[in-house]
Formats: sequence, structure tokens, C-alpha cells
Amino acid sequence: MSWGLTALPLYVVLMSLVTSVLIFALGEDRQIARTVLNLTAAVAKLALIAIMIVGIQAGYHFEFRAPLLPGLDFVLIADRMTMLFSILSAVLWLITTVYAIGYLERSPDRARFFGFFSLCVAATMGVAAAGNLFTFFIFYELLTLATWPLVVHRGTAAAFAAGRIYLGYTLVGGVLLLVGLIGLYAIGGAQDFVLGGALGSVAQGSDRALQGIFLLLMFGFGVKAALLPLHSWLPRAMVAPAPVSALLHAVAVVKAGAFGLVRLVQDVFGFELSEALGMNSVLMVLASATVIYGSVLALRQSDLKRRLAYSTVSQVSYVALGVATGGTLATIGGLVHLVHQGLTKITLFFCAGNYAEGLGIHNIQELDGMGRRMPVTSVCFTVGALGMMGMPPMAGFISKWYLGSGAAAAGQHWIIAVLVASTLLNAAYFLPLVHRIWFRPLTDAGRAQPMQLGRLRAGALVIPTLIVAVLALGAGVLAGLPLSPLFWVQRLVAGGAA
Amino acid sequence: MITEWLLIGIVFLPLLAACASILGGARAQTLLVVGTQLAVPVMLIVLTARIADQGSLLYTLGGWTAPLGIRLLLDPLALVMLWLCAIVTAFAAWHALGDFHADNPKAGSFWPLWLLLLAGMNALFLSADLFNLYVCIELVTLSAIPLIALSDTPDALRAAMRYLLLALLASLAYLLGVALIYNASGTLDLHLLTAQTADPTALRVALALITVGLLLKAAVFPLHVWLPPAHGNAPGAVSAVLSALVVKTAIYMLYRIWYWSGIDAMAIGSVLAWLGGAALIYGGVAALLQSRLKLIIAYSTVAQLGYLLLVFALAQQTAWQGTLYQVLSHGLAKAALFLAAANVLHALGRDELTAMGRLDQTMPLTLFALALAAVSIMGLPPSGGFLAKWLLVQSAWEVQNWWILACLVVGSLLAAGYMFRILAAALQSEDLVQQEVQPIPRHQEVAALVLALGALALGFGSAPILELVNQGMPGGLPE
Repeated sequence: MSWGLTALPLYVVLMSLVTSVLIFALGEDRQIARTVLNLTAAVAKLALIAIMIVGIQAGYHFEFRAPLLPGLDFVLIADRMTMLFSILSAVLWLITTVYAIGYLERSPDRARFFGFFSLCVAATMGVAAAGNLFTFFIFYELLTLATWPLVVHRGTAAAFAAGRIYLGYTLVGGVLLLVGLIGLYAIGGAQDFVLGGALGSVAQGSDRALQGIFLLLMFGFGVKAALLPLHSWLPRAMVAPAPVSALLHAVAVVKAGAFGLVRLVQDVFGFELSEALGMNSVLMVLASATVIYGSVLALRQSDLKRRLAYSTVSQVSYVALGVATGGTLATIGGLVHLVHQGLTKITLFFCAGNYAEGLGIHNIQELDGMGRRMPVTSVCFTVGALGMMGMPPMAGFISKWYLGSGAAAAGQHWIIAVLVASTLLNAAYFLPLVHRIWFRPLTDAGRAQPMQLGRLRAGALVIPTLIVAVLALGAGVLAGLPLSPLFWVQRLVAGGAA
Repeated sequence: MITEWLLIGIVFLPLLAACASILGGARAQTLLVVGTQLAVPVMLIVLTARIADQGSLLYTLGGWTAPLGIRLLLDPLALVMLWLCAIVTAFAAWHALGDFHADNPKAGSFWPLWLLLLAGMNALFLSADLFNLYVCIELVTLSAIPLIALSDTPDALRAAMRYLLLALLASLAYLLGVALIYNASGTLDLHLLTAQTADPTALRVALALITVGLLLKAAVFPLHVWLPPAHGNAPGAVSAVLSALVVKTAIYMLYRIWYWSGIDAMAIGSVLAWLGGAALIYGGVAALLQSRLKLIIAYSTVAQLGYLLLVFALAQQTAWQGTLYQVLSHGLAKAALFLAAANVLHALGRDELTAMGRLDQTMPLTLFALALAAVSIMGLPPSGGFLAKWLLVQSAWEVQNWWILACLVVGSLLAAGYMFRILAAALQSEDLVQQEVQPIPRHQEVAALVLALGALALGFGSAPILELVNQGMPGGLPE
């Protein structure tokens, strides 16, 4: 156990955790102190992560290790994958906090909200920095616990119903994960995440058991990653306030599941072993089915947030698809989509929140002519929608390009058909929205609806939206530059191959 | 020499304090209770150091050796139980000082009984012969039952009566078993038992009687019927001690008798484990169906006791570690839950789930305690309950006992179900029943919170505890 600079990943997790405890301690009424605390912690965390990036570039090895049970260590590390996920979560935490402060202005129970919000981010950071599956599991379950109060935040019967379903799915997923994890431990002992996996030596003769364990773990992660047929909690969780949905879809819950699948294939079993066990094809087929199925269902939703939710179901499976296809190109495509989808989807959810808060818009029919009434939000929404569809040179296109080339390189040509079909479906459910916003006339109801936001609040909502839209746009347009997500992921995958 | 005196002190200090508190006035009573509750942990610290240093301690009272004299055995298992008892009773007593303060006329009967209960439990954990154990568990039961009745509601009196009758039945069965053994072997010492028993049939019948009696006292499904009303209607601090400690005294005796006497526990192992598995499922489902907070927590005890019997079928080192960890974390978490529930009951005047809305506004500390304790009961990380569940599932996997694994999994999902029902009720903000919230003393909220934090802390510092447990593996378990 070392408490020095090496333990930096621990301090990054603690940063959000301590913030959460302090927010609870501050109570409901000290709003200014809470806001200052929130923003300071978010900025400080970014600074710590920046230090870690510099350290990693210089070849420094970050690790915190403490025994929890005999033979089982609690391990936090900072490899390149960790950094990919934690930068995303730290940046989006800061922006979402600003947005949430604007969004929840004057609503009750803000201390509770921000307390659990920070706890949720702490859990996400832990998921990112976990150095073995056991540590991953701890934070993965903590994430379930911390998210539930956010899902039921409004305290209505509908919210509690959604919360029950959320818990039902995620707790069962957690149990599957636990059993799989213990099985793995019984066969191979406690193992840290190592690229290529560390199970090669024990794989002989226990194929059946390993296959079963892979499936348990896959479905355990699949629940949060909204993998078919375990996805239906996600659209219902839409009753949560908009910043929660944004965070849930972009970085926290759904991404934790997807990230788990990445770790499972790459760092626990290793691509070769899971290929040999035939498990990659299972994951590939499930992910493809989810991609198509999510899009088809998105097409049928008339509630804006629900449409976005089904879009997430579909898009997050790109990550699993890329990792399961394997090979440099497809892996890059899958991993980079972790970031691209996060940025794009958070833009869309912020916009949906702006529409709802500003003019009470929940249904897509009400979007007619909104380009004139809420121009900035509408531009951001359009950027997000086009990015999600994968129109060149937007972020979504880059992901799909790499996924497609990777599929071709791996000889899995049918995946290209899946990607094309998904793109067409994406266009079919996003373009009509863009059309409504810009080319339909304002309805009378839309014109008569008074703007419900004051200047300050509108600023607190629109500026974060604008920032994430610019980031989403930049991730695609500037993908060739150093420090872009693509650049980072290329380094990551290349570094792993070397 | 000093350790021997401490060993005697742990038993006789509460006993003497109980006698003195009957005579003393209200103020002296408070002093006696506080003094005893503080002194016991201090003595335990010294004894723990001694055990860690030199291993288990066997002391013959008055120098009379077995089979004639009374022997006290302090080994790691006893030490774990004594510590749990010392901590839980200390915080529960702190909580109870808010209700049974010097001005409350009932305090005059409450505190002597409380100290008697403490003395009984401490003596029980140190006893190493069958008859001594019998005397102790009688002392525990007979001081626990009037404590329940002190609630003074018709429900509580009825529950106490039912508990009394069934407990007497259990005692009879146990005593009959002990008599048979004495007749067949001429000894009551646990360790001499098998060596001196010539007649295996008599031994078998005796053990069956003893086991059934203990299962009834431990409220193991299907002999649990007395537990929910008794624990659900007792005064708050008493419920906490009953659920966290008193039912476990009988389970503790089961461990002692089956694992320390050299009898082959495998014979009855799977039966006991089946009962445990059934208790897990039944208690969980029953808890899901309750509408009163305290009854949910009481049925949760029925379920959680099931975990403690699974070890009989797993029969393995990891399982034993997990079981003792479950004893500890359940003890702390359940006591925290009952103390928090008592706070809710006092503040609202009732404890129906429907009346608990917006608890996060009215009693944040109490809700915090409820939530943290719930995490441990559900076995979610990071908590002592999680590590216990991990060890048990790991053990079930290692011996390939899939039905136990299934029971563990389903049991923890049911626990999540009933615990989240409580939390959801506390966050409810629609259709609220308007009611007054009585202020409650801050220390009563803190007492619950500290215990809950303790259950959480167990999730981090397992190494010293497991090391201690490893020092005293039961003889009947294979490595």
C-alpha cells in the first residue's frame, strides 16, 4: 500500500466521493457553498487527471493496492483505457454539474440530488480506474446504489415504478456478475487486468466452465450496457431529470456496462481466448441485434427522450461490436465510439432538457419550427443528430468507418450490412426531427407558449449545451489532430499491440 | 493471572451491577450501566491482546477440573461474539438511555434486566460445558422476555407470552438431551463428550433433542413463528439486542456442540443447511409482504439467520470465515436498523411504510443509518455483508454446492427487494399522510448511525478479524 503520488487514481475517486459526503453534510440550504464545492471539486479532479496523463506519457506507473480479503486485492490503476474513460467522465461531470445547477434551480431536494450525483461520478471513476474485476465489481454495484435515488428523484409513483424496474434489472445483473466473478476466481485465482488476458494458462480443459463464466459476466455487464434482451429498463429510467439521463447515457451507467464488456474481452479473457471459446461471435451477434433492434424501436417513439433512449440502446452496442470483432481497426472503432457516443448523446439530452424546461416540449410533434424560438439549442441538437447518424465528417462517421473497415479486415462482411442498416435507421429517426425543427412552420401552440426560463438559467442550460456540441463536433472534424479521442485511442490500441 | 480475573470480570461485573442496580436509585442505575458498558470493552481489549499473543485460554473456575468443575473457554469464536455483544449492547444502551431515563418509572425494572441479559450472554459465550450453557441461555431468555413485555402494549405482551411458552418448550427439549448425555457418558464437558459416550443411539437422540431445542430458540425456519411479533413489538433497543445477539446465542451453541465436541457434523449438516436455505427464501418473501417497518426488519432476521446455517453443508474454511463475518456484519447492521426504526416510531408515532414519506427531510441521520445498514444486509459492496456473502458464495462454488449458491443469490435479491422498499417509502413525496414529527434526542440518531457505519467499515478491514478467526478454526472442519 503506497499513499504517495502513485496512489493518484485513488485520490481521483476520493475527490468525488468526499465531495458527495460534504454535500450531504452541508444540507439543503447552503446553496452557494454547495455550488462552489461542486465546481471546485470537478475542476480539481480534471487537474489531477491532467497530472496523471503527463505522468503516463512520461512512463510513470500509477497503482494503488490494498488487500480486502485474503488473496483479493482492491486495485486502482491508470492505464490508457482508464484515462480514456476518466477524461470523458471528468469533463462531462464538470459540464453536467453546471447544467444541473441551472436545471434544478428552485426545485426541492437539491442536496440529495447533488450528493448522489457526485457519488455516481465517484463510482464511474472507480469503474474506470479498477485494476481487476473484483474492484470493478465493487464500483459497478456502488454505481447501481448511487443512481437509484437519482432515477426516483422526482418522488412520483411513475419514478418509483421506473426505479423498481431499474433495480430489478441491475441487481440481477450484479448477481450474475458476482457468481461469474467468483467462478473465475475459483478457476484462475485473482488476476489483474492485463491486455490479452491472463487466463491462458488455466484455459486448458476448463472450456465449458470458462464459457459459462464468460456468459455470466457478459450478461452481468450487458444489463447496464442495455444489451438485448436486457435493455428495457433504460427507456423507462427516462423519468429521471434531464441531467441524470444525460449522465446515465453518456458516461455513467450505460458506459460502465460497455466498458465492462471491453475489459472482459480484452483484459480478462483476452481476445484470442474468447475467440477460441466462441464467445466473440455470441457477443457480436447480440450486439448487432441490439444495434438494429434499438434503432427500430427508436423509430416508433414519439416522446423525444424515449426516442433518444432507444437510440442509446442501439449506439452503445457499437462499442461491444467493435471489441468483439477484434483487430486493430474495429477495436479502435469500438473504443472511440465510447467517447464519441458520450459527447454526442449528452448534447442531445441537454437539448431535450432545454426544450422541456424552456417551452415544455416533450413530444416530437411539438418540435415544429423550434429553430426560430430556440436557435442555439436547435443548432446543437442538429449537430448531435447528424453526429449520431454518422454523417461525414462527424464523430459518428469516424467510429462507423473504423468499425466497417475493421469488419472487412476481420472477414465479417455482414457487419458492414448491419452498420449500413443502422445508419439508415438512424437517419430515419433523426432527420424528421431536424426537418421539423428547421423546415416546419411554428404551430400556434408553439408560438403562444411563453418562455419559462430566466436569462441566468437559460445561460446555465445553453452554455453547457453549446460546449458539449462543440466538443462533439470537434471530436469528428478535428479527429486527425493530436489529443483528439481518435488519436488517443489509436495510441492505446497501437501501444497494446507493441 | 490478570487475564483470569478479566475473564471472571466480564461475566460477574454485569451480574453484580445488575444486583446493585436493583438496590440503587435512578441516578446510581445510570452510572452502573454506563460504567459496565464501558468497562467490558476495556477488559476485552486486554483479553484480545492476550489471545492474539498466546492463543486460546481455558480457565477452570475455583481450580476444580473437568468433569467436576466449571470451565471457561476463551477462543477466537468466543472473542468475536463477546466483541459483537459488547459493541451492540453499548450503543443500544446509549440509545435506550433516551427512553428509559431516570424519570421513567419503567427504568427501575429495565436496567437490572438489561445488565442481567448482558451477563447471561457474556457467560454463555465463555461456557464450555452443556449444563453451563443451559443455565446461561435460560438466563438470557428469561431476562429478554420481560424486556419485551416492558413495551406495555397488548401486542407486546402477547408476543412475550408466546416467546416464553415456546422458549420453555425449547429448554425442556434441550435439558432432556443434556440429561440423556449425562446418563450415557457421565460428563457434560463439551470436549470430553464423544470420548466418554459408549452408547451411540443415546447420543444421537440426545443431540437431536438439543438441536431442535436450539433451533426453536434461534427462530430458525420453520420454528420462527415467535420471532417477528416479539422483535417487532419490543422497545427499540431491546429489538436491536434480540435480533443482533440473543437469537445468535442459540446458533452459537449449535456451532459449539456440533463442531467442538468431536461429533461428526456432516451427519446432520445437510438438514441444517436446508433449513437455512429455506429460512433465507421464506424470510425474504415474508419481509417483502410486511407493511410495518419493524416487522420487515424482524422477518429480515429470520432470513439472515439462514446464512448462518449454510456452513453446515459447506463445511469448509472459507465458509466458516464467511459465517463469522456474517455474524458480525449482520449484528451491527441489524442493530442499526432496529435503532433507526425505533427513532422513526418515536418521531412519527407509527411505523407503517406509508407514513414514512419525506424522511430524508425530517430525519436525515436516521435515514442515513437505515440506508447504510441496508447496504450491508443486502450484501452490496462496500460493506461487511458483502465480504461475508462473497466468502460464502466462494465456498459454495468451491464445493460445487449449486443449490446453496442459488439460495445465497436469491436470498440477497430478496433482501435488496425489501430493503429498497423501505428506502423508496422514505423518499416518497406523493400522497403523503400529514402528521406531526416529534423531535427525538440527537444521540439516539447517532447511536444508530455509528452501528451502521461499523457494518460498512467491516467491508474494509477484514484482515485482522479473519486472522483471528483463522486461529480458531473449529475442529470438525476439514482444511
